[in-house]
Amino acid sequence: MDLGSHGGFIVAAYVFTAAVMAALVGNAVRDRRAQLRALKGFGEERR
Amino acid sequence: MTPSLWTRLSNPSHFMRWSGALVPWLAALSLGVLALGLYLTFFAVPPDYQQGETVRIMYIHVPAAWLGVFFYGAMSVSAIGTLVWRHPLADVAQRAAAPIGAAFTLICLVTGSLWGKPMWGTYWVWDARLTSMLVLLLIYCGIIALWRTLDDPNRAARAVAILTLVGAVNLPIIKFSVNWWSTLHQPASILRMGGSSIDPSMLYPLLIMIGAATLGGTTLHLYAMRTEIMRRRVRTLTIREAERLDRIQPRLTPQPTGVPAGQPV
Repeated sequence: MDLGSHGGFIVAAYVFTAAVMAALVGNAVRDRRAQLRALKGFGEERR
Repeated sequence: MTPSLWTRLSNPSHFMRWSGALVPWLAALSLGVLALGLYLTFFAVPPDYQQGETVRIMYIHVPAAWLGVFFYGAMSVSAIGTLVWRHPLADVAQRAAAPIGAAFTLICLVTGSLWGKPMWGTYWVWDARLTSMLVLLLIYCGIIALWRTLDDPNRAARAVAILTLVGAVNLPIIKFSVNWWSTLHQPASILRMGGSSIDPSMLYPLLIMIGAATLGGTTLHLYAMRTEIMRRRVRTLTIREAERLDRIQPRLTPQPTGVPAGQPV
């Protein structure tokens, strides 16, 4: 589709949004894994 | 007396159970609604008679603005829950919401700037709406920084709750800034007296994108709350382990010989 003469602004806005959302989701998943690892560590220590 | 549904849902153990089952469904629903919204945005929405194709930035800018404000509102309610009822999940909800709200506020500011350049001829003006949104982002950053500064979670929760409630004064300023001051930003066009001023061909896709963003934001929030509860469990276990080691420490350390300190061996 043709986004016209201002297509660069539109693409930049969507790319930036995608990047921030990817960082947000990525950070949430990384944090979850770290906490699960730590909890697992306590479980293993107690065994 | 049986606990109310609200009490049961908000109990951390119950919360972990029901949110664990809900998050995957919410995530799938969010992606489905987002796919529909993006399809409509790029293949069904006509160009605006004044703004042309750049109006497509609105479909991420408006949902991001809504969620930036929505999450701060949710944090303010949680702050009351922390200060008044000391509810166990209130602080968890507040802490999990801050980075998500900050991310959406940042998206709102940057996409607004990218929309402003072709429409207004400038990326930024110190306009009341733009400035109040920037202040919201700074408040979010301050709250996140305060949490990282204070080690004791109880002290941090109370301090952050107070700061959040002080910052809530910015929410009506954001909403009514376009009415109170002469601004470059357009006035309210969705929630206004007399109904929306947007044509239905553009309004419904926008509402779908707002719905998708709200579902996605809620999914992320529940996911982050679950992680936060796990972090607190890890902290509790770490403290218990440290206390256990402290108790057995005297038995492991050698008994003092009675020689005063500072004597040559």
